[in-house]
Amino acid sequence: MADIASRPLATDRPAPSATARLAVLRETLRETLARRAEAVVIPVAALLVGLALFSLFIAALDKSPLQFFELMWRGGFGSWFSFQNALARAAPLLLAALCVALPARLGLVVIGGEGAIVLGALAAAAIAPPLRGVPPLLVIPAMALAGMVVGGLWIGAVGALRHWRAVNETISSLLMTYIAIALMNHLVEGPLRDPASLNKPSTLPLDAAYRIGPLPGLDVHWGLVVGTVVCLAAWVLIDKTRWGFAARIVGGNVRAAQLQGLPVARLTIGFCALAGACAGLAGMIEVAAVQGSANASLAAGYGYTGILVAFLARHNPLAIVPVAILLGGVEASGGLIQRRMDLPNATVLVLQGVLFVATLFSETFYGRFKAFNPDLWKRRD
Amino acid sequence: MTRQPSVSRRRLLRTTAAGAALGLAAPFGPRQARAAGTTIGFIYVGAKDDYGYNQAHAKGAAALKGMKGITVIEEEKVPETVDVQKTMESMINLDGATLLFPTSFGYFDPHMLAMAKKFPRIQFRHCGGLWTADKHPPNTGSYFGYIGQGQYLNGIAAGHATKSRKIGFVAAKPIPQVLLNINSFLLGARAVDPAITCQVIFTGEWSLAVKEAEAVNALIDQGVDVVTCHVDSPKVVVETSARRGAFVCGYHADQAALAPAKYLTGAEWNWANVYKMYVEKLLAGQTLPNFTRGGLADGFIKMSPLGPAVSDAARKQFEATLADMMKGSFAVVKGPLKNNKGDVVVSSGQAFVETAIELESMNYLVEGVIGSTS
Repeated sequence: MADIASRPLATDRPAPSATARLAVLRETLRETLARRAEAVVIPVAALLVGLALFSLFIAALDKSPLQFFELMWRGGFGSWFSFQNALARAAPLLLAALCVALPARLGLVVIGGEGAIVLGALAAAAIAPPLRGVPPLLVIPAMALAGMVVGGLWIGAVGALRHWRAVNETISSLLMTYIAIALMNHLVEGPLRDPASLNKPSTLPLDAAYRIGPLPGLDVHWGLVVGTVVCLAAWVLIDKTRWGFAARIVGGNVRAAQLQGLPVARLTIGFCALAGACAGLAGMIEVAAVQGSANASLAAGYGYTGILVAFLARHNPLAIVPVAILLGGVEASGGLIQRRMDLPNATVLVLQGVLFVATLFSETFYGRFKAFNPDLWKRRD
Repeated sequence: MTRQPSVSRRRLLRTTAAGAALGLAAPFGPRQARAAGTTIGFIYVGAKDDYGYNQAHAKGAAALKGMKGITVIEEEKVPETVDVQKTMESMINLDGATLLFPTSFGYFDPHMLAMAKKFPRIQFRHCGGLWTADKHPPNTGSYFGYIGQGQYLNGIAAGHATKSRKIGFVAAKPIPQVLLNINSFLLGARAVDPAITCQVIFTGEWSLAVKEAEAVNALIDQGVDVVTCHVDSPKVVVETSARRGAFVCGYHADQAALAPAKYLTGAEWNWANVYKMYVEKLLAGQTLPNFTRGGLADGFIKMSPLGPAVSDAARKQFEATLADMMKGSFAVVKGPLKNNKGDVVVSSGQAFVETAIELESMNYLVEGVIGSTS
């Protein structure tokens, strides 16, 4: 704050000369660039360090890291087919990552998105059959709403437990995931079961009219567009609105936020509910675009991969989009790597883990490098 | 790390060169990039070495690897989501596969059906037995085995080994395929001693190691002294049972190595026969069958070798029943038979041989099984 106060402001002195004004402008530009560069250089460096460490791991297995990265490029990004493969896998991760990133702005680590996905999907699949005959333009939004409401209530409850009962949100959201999956299994195998689904208990299949198709000209479903739009909206909410600002203050210091009279309860529960709604929507899309009914296949781990995406994106909703596509590509290439290099599936998980740790470690470098931190240049002066 | 730097460097250069060559060849079409011949893709939902369902399939796939002109590609731990669709597509587009075996039950609808529509010239065969001519595309099909016969034989071995007359079953979900196995296991044991009961515990998931171990412990605490199971990987059940001193019957694959002293026998898939049949037909240019079933007599399933704890009396009855089954048309489920709520489910004189389609919608546990389907 002191630096801002000491920075020369236009009102501080009478009409500076043109060269002086230019110098100030140049200085400001340099500072902005330096600060912006930090947000790109550090994550990219973390990525490279992670890849370098992983190369050692591959070499230790007596396989070629170069072949690994070549296959990863080819399987995940190198052709139109591969890139669509990456996009298809990224689609559910966008919304799943938001379920982590939104509460993270309040300083909450919610890792139970999987539960909200599963229950959101179940709710969407359950309300469609009774509405048979109603136009899809009404039913599909109703399914989305059902998924979002159920997902919102589920993670909203995590926020409520956190705020009113001081229950650790990480533990409660994780444990509630087990409850959610058990509940889904119970309902799918019991009251909501399609009697024709003998060996794979499922809900009644959705009518073809209520299914979400692929994007025009692409082999990727609409979830990619929905996810991207919601990411943009989440960015606006967090960075451009007073609610987002208030949430960030709560995340910085709850006591200070309370002293300022901010509605901490509403913010905590509201952001958690929004996060859950994102996950519930992801579940609805999974049912409407991929599975066609709710069953045990819904618990596919998107909620957990979403945690990784959100952390790699440093909880910035805009960064979630490229990170999800990157991880989608890594997963898309996993199969090719298994097939061509005879490496186990776990190899890709090791890569994801190494990148995760490298990114977490890189968090400690923000603000430390002189090149990126104008405050440090000035201290030297 | 220091002992072989030159080797790994040479290897690295070699593989890199090969990788670059493949990369260059890619624009000319993936099918030319691989050697001429037929590529067959196998997809597993779990690990290839799970001592269970997936290992049984991987063993079948391995049997094809020596065949001339056949390239086998495999991918493990593929979830039943858009992932498996993309895996199939990737095997077709990047590896030139022309015959695919997505082995998990949940791959069929909608995933394999979607890909079969998209690639009408590629053949898809699915394990689980859902194919019907009027509903499903002609380039798809299904295969399965009458493994209930194997569980009946497990039951005979268990019936002789139990002292408490209580045997136990750790099951994943109350679905027809599993219920038939539970009932067959008990009926086999009751062929030895009609007073035997079987306690079943459903874990709710196909692969949930902690619950499987808890289930075994709970069964043994109640006095059960022979355990079998129907979960994707019987490893935990076999090891936990043996550690607690109970006998154990295997499932899916041979688990004798996990409990050499306590392993009685096991009902195993013998997929090598099935996969070889498909591939021989493919190589001969014949159309592949859409609907394939078989039991012990057809070599679709087999029994693990009897363990050291199996008595002579048990061996005699086991081998006699096995010989009967090898003749075909052996009815494990035959009347009069009540379910465990006391209602008659199979009337006197009625018998369902292994091929009976009624067995595939079984929704009851027979009298003598302690447990509930819901």
